[in-house]
Amino acid sequence: MKRPVETGHQAIIQAENVVKHYGDVHALNGISLEVDQGEVYGLLGPNGAGKTTLVRILATLVKPTSGRCLVGGVDAHQNPMAVRSQIGLAGQSAAVDDLLTGRENLEIVGRLYQFSRAEARRRADDILERMSLTDAADRQVRTYSGGMRRRIDLGASLVGRPEVLMLDEPTTGLDPRTRNDLWQLIHQLVAEGTTLLLTTQYLDEADELAHRLGVIDQGKIIAEGTPDELKERLGGDRLQAGPANPADMSRVTAILASVGDGEPYVDERRQVVSVPVADRITSLLAAGQAFEDESLTLSDLSVSRPSLDDVFLAITGKTAEDDTEPGAAA
Amino acid sequence: MTTTDATQHGSAKLTAAQLEPPLKRNGLVRFLADTATMTRRNVLYLVRRPQVVVFALISPIMFVALFNYVFGGSMSVGELSYIDFLIPGIMVQTVMFGGGNTAIGLAEDMGRGVIDRFRSLPMSRLAVLSGRTAADAARGIITNTVILTVGFVIGFRFSNGIGWAIGSFLLVLLFGYSITWAYAWMGLKLKSVEAVQAATFLPAFPLTFAASTFAPVTGMPDWLQVFSANQPVTQVVDAARAMMHGGDIAGPLVRSLLWCAGILLVFGFLSVREYRKG
Repeated sequence: MKRPVETGHQAIIQAENVVKHYGDVHALNGISLEVDQGEVYGLLGPNGAGKTTLVRILATLVKPTSGRCLVGGVDAHQNPMAVRSQIGLAGQSAAVDDLLTGRENLEIVGRLYQFSRAEARRRADDILERMSLTDAADRQVRTYSGGMRRRIDLGASLVGRPEVLMLDEPTTGLDPRTRNDLWQLIHQLVAEGTTLLLTTQYLDEADELAHRLGVIDQGKIIAEGTPDELKERLGGDRLQAGPANPADMSRVTAILASVGDGEPYVDERRQVVSVPVADRITSLLAAGQAFEDESLTLSDLSVSRPSLDDVFLAITGKTAEDDTEPGAAA
Repeated sequence: MTTTDATQHGSAKLTAAQLEPPLKRNGLVRFLADTATMTRRNVLYLVRRPQVVVFALISPIMFVALFNYVFGGSMSVGELSYIDFLIPGIMVQTVMFGGGNTAIGLAEDMGRGVIDRFRSLPMSRLAVLSGRTAADAARGIITNTVILTVGFVIGFRFSNGIGWAIGSFLLVLLFGYSITWAYAWMGLKLKSVEAVQAATFLPAFPLTFAASTFAPVTGMPDWLQVFSANQPVTQVVDAARAMMHGGDIAGPLVRSLLWCAGILLVFGFLSVREYRKG
């Protein structure tokens, strides 16, 4: 997505050196970020990186140990009520009531936004239609499919027509089609001018939705930029090969080092080696030739686009999967 | 961008100009309005779990029938018939055990994402608790009405006038409401539904049985009477019984009201503190 035309440089979300410790567990270790009006900012990171903690702090659910958060220029922890009327929160850290109908859920949220009974009802109807849930409006949410559930949850966060929407892993666990539907809904909201702070574990989701990304690991932002900038940093495609015989790992590594454009990374557990390549076809052919010349039998030879793992690899030197929860690390 | 099924109906939307802003409410009005909204939500939860409602109704009926027919014949409770003696006790016992649902309900809510939604809304935070306790108190009205109805069928009668009869009903409800705050604190403190389920019976059993609920405390050993004669359940049962059938009302009623006020203050404060922590 193209970033909207700049209307002055106005940060609507500002986090300044936010730290959050739970006892000895350091969930956030000094995070600063700015999100402009109308921008989609993606927080990308593995489980336990601190994404949800940061969203919960910005949404006024949790107080930071230190640091300052401004939403729409208002301090989120000195004047949380003013911030709450401007934001909508959905995703894994928000939810709806199973035993209530879709309509009841939205009406209750509307009432709690301090709308009149009639206004809460009008807004509920509007959102049900927008989320294509009008037919299911009077069914209990427990009868909804996974996708409908996410839509009513997203809908609940829209009742107050928030300027700032915070979506915490909005599509985790959804099937590809439902995920795509939800992306389209999010695109629409962004097109209407909503500022969006999004957390995700998936690079493709960040790529699809975000104008700017912050890569978060162990409670720190370790890289920031547009998706293109980050991918450039990764060196684009990676060539991967695995020997049929584990004893040949070092020979495979040597060949990849010679055809690739960077340091090869050896994944002992999966018994594969990968290396960044500038030209995928040339490198693949060169590697194929080299393996042929040395009569090496392979179990895997492929070129892949960068994944979240690769982002982590390039920036931190370890894979996202290797990362442990900060709780376990401390 | 392609339009999919999920988005193509969203054309006839409310425009920003058609939207009404939120109502301007001061803190107290907001608290009361939000309490009403949260009470409605919790009452909807109650009625949509028919098994919970049915069990909540069956157990007091069972207790009335069992205690009356099993113990009634061999129990000497002074001038009152046993059913007249028993009904106020069963009513207090029911609100005592019913409070467990408050603890379970809150622990359930706290364990689910929905509490985060409430916390992200510009609502009165206290309303999550006050809406829960109000809904459970409302349930007490229904269970106690059922108990009285069953009591009437098997011989219970008010004999001290309609005014005191209503008063006794309200006193039991007030005590039940105070107790729900103690259970609210328990639910917030223990967090897990399983732990709460196991724990709610611990205070409820000694408090309802070592009391004037089912038998006069004078028949209990001296060491137990130190506890049973002075604890809140006995005061409330004695007051309700006197209001229903005559006798010394003032003493136990004043002590009951003091207990209710004390429980409300202490556990109201502790619950709010615990909720804010989370």
